[in-house]
Amino acid sequence: MTASLAAGLMVVGAASMLIAAVGVVRMPDLFTRMHATSKAGSLGAGLILLAVAVHYGDLGISARALATLAFILLTAPIAAHVIGRAAYFVGVPFWEGTLVDELRTRQPHRGSKEDLTGHP
Amino acid sequence: MMETIPSLTLGILVVALLLAFVRLLRGPTLPDRVIALDLISTLCVGISAVYAIAVRNPVFLDVAILLALISFLGTIAFAQYVRKRGQP
Repeated sequence: MTASLAAGLMVVGAASMLIAAVGVVRMPDLFTRMHATSKAGSLGAGLILLAVAVHYGDLGISARALATLAFILLTAPIAAHVIGRAAYFVGVPFWEGTLVDELRTRQPHRGSKEDLTGHP
Repeated sequence: MMETIPSLTLGILVVALLLAFVRLLRGPTLPDRVIALDLISTLCVGISAVYAIAVRNPVFLDVAILLALISFLGTIAFAQYVRKRGQP
């Protein structure tokens, strides 16, 4: 029971990470690629770490696996936000199908030097 | 069953690693390469966690913890350099 649960979690997590990697190759611009890596990638890593915690029923090992899972769930959105914001302000091009840019109405000088110095 | 499943999982993860490496080589701008590196380090966390199951040695879980810590700091540092450099 425990072994089959761990095996299922491991395979589903690896499939999710494969979807993230396909997305990072196939998506048209940086921001949609980040959509694939940050969500599907951290979901896959989290499921695999959960499989480790289930497979070893030991308290110390499962606590380490769950601590790593919590750390990844905390830091992956922060890293994606920081690199996405930096990429936006240095003027990484959008996909031509992009319809809405809500940040542009607040800070109209995208790509200019003034935005690079001011920290959020 | 617990002999074939970790091997299958490692195979899937290696295919994903190759795909992320394609984006690392091709990526037209620097932030593209940074997110490809971020995905590669997340994949390495998963690979070392699966390897801890495959060889029945939980020491490899510590490798996963260290990789997760270092990749976060690396991505933050790369974002600062992208911002300071000022060009995509």
